[in-house]
Amino acid sequence: MKHLLSTEGLDRATATSILDTADNLKRALLGREVRKLPTLRGRTVITLFYENSTRTRVSFEIAGKWMSADVINVSAGGSSVSKGESLRDTALTLAAAGADCVIVRHPASGAAHRLAGWLAQAGTSVVNAGDGMHEHPTQALLDAATLRERLGSIEGRRIAIVGDVLHSRVVRSNVHLLSALGADVVLVAPPTLLPVGVQNWPVTVSHELDAELPSLDAVMLLRVQAERMHGGFFPSAREYSIAYGLNENRLGLMPEHAVVLHPGPMLRGMEIASAVADSPRAAITDQVRNGVHLRMAVLYHLLAHEEETS
Amino acid sequence: MAPRQRGATDPAGERELLSAGDVARTVARMAHQIIEKTALDAPSAPAVVLMGIPSRGAPLARRLALKIAEFSGVDVPTGTLDVTLYRDDLRRGPTRPLETTSLPEGGIDDRLVVLVDDVLFSGRTIRAALDALRDHGRPRAVQLAVLVDRGHRELPIRADYVGKNVPTSRTEDVAVLLDEFDGRDGVVLK
Repeated sequence: MKHLLSTEGLDRATATSILDTADNLKRALLGREVRKLPTLRGRTVITLFYENSTRTRVSFEIAGKWMSADVINVSAGGSSVSKGESLRDTALTLAAAGADCVIVRHPASGAAHRLAGWLAQAGTSVVNAGDGMHEHPTQALLDAATLRERLGSIEGRRIAIVGDVLHSRVVRSNVHLLSALGADVVLVAPPTLLPVGVQNWPVTVSHELDAELPSLDAVMLLRVQAERMHGGFFPSAREYSIAYGLNENRLGLMPEHAVVLHPGPMLRGMEIASAVADSPRAAITDQVRNGVHLRMAVLYHLLAHEEETS
Repeated sequence: MAPRQRGATDPAGERELLSAGDVARTVARMAHQIIEKTALDAPSAPAVVLMGIPSRGAPLARRLALKIAEFSGVDVPTGTLDVTLYRDDLRRGPTRPLETTSLPEGGIDDRLVVLVDDVLFSGRTIRAALDALRDHGRPRAVQLAVLVDRGHRELPIRADYVGKNVPTSRTEDVAVLLDEFDGRDGVVLK
């Protein structure tokens, strides 16, 4: 694998082997005092973030460092980006400075794909850490890792993704990955928060959360992305919360084994009630923990093999 | 299928070095040697741990532990140690899948660790295993048991227990077959 740009087109065998690698890494590091592997010694990984992030950036940095890569963080604010340098020039600069892998987050959909094209000559790998409203593949992979861990399997499981589908890159990555892994995905959202063309996705669509809950193995809640909303998508936050927020009563409608996921950051009281977020049914901190191992696995699959020409 | 004559070359260019019976006898002999050399059944015995290197070192370690229990009455804990993340040749081939690492209860600190692998060749796997062990703790000592030593060492490493020494050329391939993976036991030269 040269780049990880999207889960669309990621076949089941490749996805499963990344998840298996993450599992084995987790087991290899379990209970160890020294959480350091020599695998990526001498490789340079640069995170290039044009949007704010806590968990994605931190977990990529930890992942790289635990595998002994040199990790350098570049954010738009503290770099020449604020002087007006283009994405292309910034990327070429990072490649020329010796980056083996650039992990990029950008507000424009498709930015990671463009970057991969520009860096093809330099041989630098690119990981998409979120591009606009397009994809966030490592988030979907870590969600799948968490679901597999909690449920034992993904094949045939019924998984609802609830909330701001329109603005969410997480949902696009999850739909492609979960359906490739054989899950039955249902999107639950008000009509105003569903994108045009959703009928062509490999999912079923519902507007009624309560009707779906009893048949679910997992529910994944999405943050309502106020920063990407210009205009009235729903009457009020309170009304959204009443219709689509996961509270304790709704948790009670789900089967005993069903788990609750949230990619974070959470808006407690909006899409998820505080009591639900802190309940043992929620796998939200597991997602973050698995995120580190999963991102180690992605770096391993991108960097620990002979050069490929792509 | 009639059992093949040992040493005979079959049409596929395979030569049998050890039959299933030979493998069983060899494992039993190695178990005796481990008991003798480590004195693990003595009153002041050191705590011995067998760590198999996946894939085929793992079942070999379990078989050795069974034989050691049979001959000495001492239950020796076993574990598996995947060394993939410590290899020095990762960038010389396609992505290698990882195998499972599982340490026995109590870990390896202050214990006598016997690494178990199927074939000893360049010694690079064992070099990686020594590095991996160091990250898991500080054994009292480390020894090495291999079913086949085929020579061609590239590092100053030797085994403490050898099932069979096999002179080979570099272009040949020694394959250890184990029931757990291959449906039968044996060692063949290709």
